Amino acid sequence: MKEGTTLDLTDLPPHGLGTASVSWWGTLAFMLIEGTGFALSIVVYLYLMSLAQRWPLDAPPPDLLAGTTLTALLVASLVPNIVLARWARNQDLLKVRIGLIVMSLLGMAPLILRAFEFPAMHIKWDQNAYGSIVWVMLGLHTTHILTDLVETLVLTCLMFSRHGDNARRFGDVSDNTMYWNFVVATWLPMYACLYWVPRL
Amino acid sequence: MTGRDGSDSRDTAFNDAELDRRLASVWSTPPGLWGILSTVDHKIIGRRYITTAFVFLALGGFLSLLMRLQLAQPEARFIGPDRYNQIFTMHGTNMMFLFAVPVMQAMAVYLVPLMVGTRNIAFPRLNAFSYWIYLAGGLLLWLAFVLDAGPDIGWFAYVPLSGPQYAAGKRADIWAQMITFTEVSALAVAVEIVVTVFKQRAPGMSLDRIPLFVWSMLVTSFLVILAMPAIVIASTSLILDRLVETHFFNPAEGGDVLLWQHLFWFFGHPEVYIIFLPAVGMVSSIVATFTRRPVFGYLAMVMAIIATGVLAFGLWVHHMFVAGLPRLGQSFFTASSMAIAVPAGLQIFCWLATMWAGRPIFKTPFLFVIGFVVTFVIGGLTGVMVASVPFDTQVHDTYFVVAHFHYVLIGGAVFPLLGAAYYWFPKLTGRMMSETLGRWVFGLIFAGFNLTFFPMHILGLRGMPRRIYTYQPEMPWSALNMFISLSAIILALGFLLFFVDAIRSARSGAAAPSNPWGASTLEWATSSPPPPYNFARLPVVGSLEPLSDHSDDLPVAAGLRVDRRELLVSSVVEAIPEARESSSGDSIWPLWAALATSATLIWSIFTPWAVVWGSIPVAIALIGWFWPKGVPEDES
Repeated sequence: MKEGTTLDLTDLPPHGLGTASVSWWGTLAFMLIEGTGFALSIVVYLYLMSLAQRWPLDAPPPDLLAGTTLTALLVASLVPNIVLARWARNQDLLKVRIGLIVMSLLGMAPLILRAFEFPAMHIKWDQNAYGSIVWVMLGLHTTHILTDLVETLVLTCLMFSRHGDNARRFGDVSDNTMYWNFVVATWLPMYACLYWVPRL
Repeated sequence: MTGRDGSDSRDTAFNDAELDRRLASVWSTPPGLWGILSTVDHKIIGRRYITTAFVFLALGGFLSLLMRLQLAQPEARFIGPDRYNQIFTMHGTNMMFLFAVPVMQAMAVYLVPLMVGTRNIAFPRLNAFSYWIYLAGGLLLWLAFVLDAGPDIGWFAYVPLSGPQYAAGKRADIWAQMITFTEVSALAVAVEIVVTVFKQRAPGMSLDRIPLFVWSMLVTSFLVILAMPAIVIASTSLILDRLVETHFFNPAEGGDVLLWQHLFWFFGHPEVYIIFLPAVGMVSSIVATFTRRPVFGYLAMVMAIIATGVLAFGLWVHHMFVAGLPRLGQSFFTASSMAIAVPAGLQIFCWLATMWAGRPIFKTPFLFVIGFVVTFVIGGLTGVMVASVPFDTQVHDTYFVVAHFHYVLIGGAVFPLLGAAYYWFPKLTGRMMSETLGRWVFGLIFAGFNLTFFPMHILGLRGMPRRIYTYQPEMPWSALNMFISLSAIILALGFLLFFVDAIRSARSGAAAPSNPWGASTLEWATSSPPPPYNFARLPVVGSLEPLSDHSDDLPVAAGLRVDRRELLVSSVVEAIPEARESSSGDSIWPLWAALATSATLIWSIFTPWAVVWGSIPVAIALIGWFWPKGVPEDES
């Protein structure tokens, strides 16, 4: 088959940023998978609640302090996160390095608070179905904080290495900030469900 | 950081022979064991996936023959009840999770990048990882079965039968963890397909020029993404109930057994369409090629595929009609179950219209399409029957249901798949399958299938339950069972002949030209099998049928670098070029990551601490995978 050139791609950028990047779309697809998982865990919670005579089962409603502080911290972390996203878009290496260190710390702090959240539930996973779903929901979200933290730490090391000053890396940082927004956004309905639904 | 962007590294600087040589040196998988283990070529992985899935088909088919041997006469002593439970569980689990879903995704792994005119799938290393994970899950299930630890709880593993109280030992855990393996691999492929279709289409391939097979795989991938988390939650909860004494499914402590059924079928019903929709795409491709005209009603077909995908999520309760749910719910799910017959019917009529208006050529792939239409319509009709609650209550858990879903799944998906195997075999291997043997294969399988499964409707109406390992001679079932078992031999011979033909043709079939059937989609614009880089110059698309419009002069794009793996990223709706993008090179890290993940998952059947300790090697493997290696692909 003969071929005739009708389109010249020479002047295109050698790497796509934002919606022109495949990893941006991949991150979005994984967020859809995990978001569905979060939503289903809330459905299971509400389903079990609908079957119970009283709710929570054999436990008082959870203490609000640890969970509410964590929620406030997560929401506050969005500000430096969005600023970091802007720095990454501008490919400002020095600021991105600083931002990543800040976000690493802001990834660790919620884990400390989370350690106080589990006892604040006043129930263990093996006591009844309420305990089981509460621990699984907290566990599921903790896993997400943890994976994002590891990713942020690796990216921080990367940005301090000789591979750092590369549009591809800034794209990775940008995708990572988008994922953190997702981790925060999914927590809000989980928080409402875990702490306020039992008080309705 | 800018790469070596001089014109000496662009494809515009070379004549065809030199361009092929340079591209081959950048894109080829190196020979030897290391190449085998580290390749990220979607064609090699796709072929591997397809072959593995067909091996599982043969194994699952062998199990069904064992069941037919046992059931051929009353009170047979060939297989005991415990082994029989393992065999029917293995058959269903294997066919659904290790054959049907993976084989459909595998066809997409091979074909979608070629059909959209790109050089590799999106996230090629994830693709390699997904195959290894799939293989590990399959080995786990089958090795457990060989060691008499195969699951014995049905392919849907209903609690409380699969729970800690009634399923001692590790059989149920093997089932639940095998689910994790197959879900991870299926979700990975789904993400790759979505991103490949959204972002890597050839310039000009706007949404209304995407081949129907690609549309069907796009919708299927979204079904995987939205349905599979439900089974992940379900199987994880089951493992937790069994391992660390949670109470999700324990009514004594506020749990609920029907919760399992809801979660399972919220995945399980879309699963049927995850298997069927790719078949819709295959049938559309074959019909268009063998009637010498585009499929009638392209827009209607796309809308029907999307509508099927949406409705698939509103049907799950019809698997639970006898579970004692509120009547309003039953009426709603009866209505939605019947509603999905509308887009399915629309598709059938579009194909019939295409055949009516075209000039059909009755080659083997087209024969399978005709077999599909007949068989699937019968399966669809019994589907409308069991959508009605009173009828379903009567035939629930009988052989009528077995007959129904084999008509839908074999008729609706395996027939198109076999047609697709004959149709795309030349592209996969560079050789043609035998037309003479193909006709025999079709004849034996079509006749064998109907003789085997049609009588099961009658057995079901006569009250024979599913999943029984034997029955008494007084029951009015013996003659039909003997007839079914004998017919199954015909069916098995058909499949045997198919395998013989495939292996023989792969070795010594007639050499295939690039477009042996005169088809019009892009995968036929390159050689059979395609070179490692798929297309020396990326095609530019101006219509739904790019090859028909330009039978001797295909417009192409130029300007990509040839000193690194480079492909084109284009916009979602119009496929306007946005960037030249690199595509990852071969890497061993996906294999290490898969091994670490597999070890963690299997270990976690025995102790929850496996998740803690296992996450360390998994994290190391993932960091090794993503850490930049200073190769040209990393430049930006």
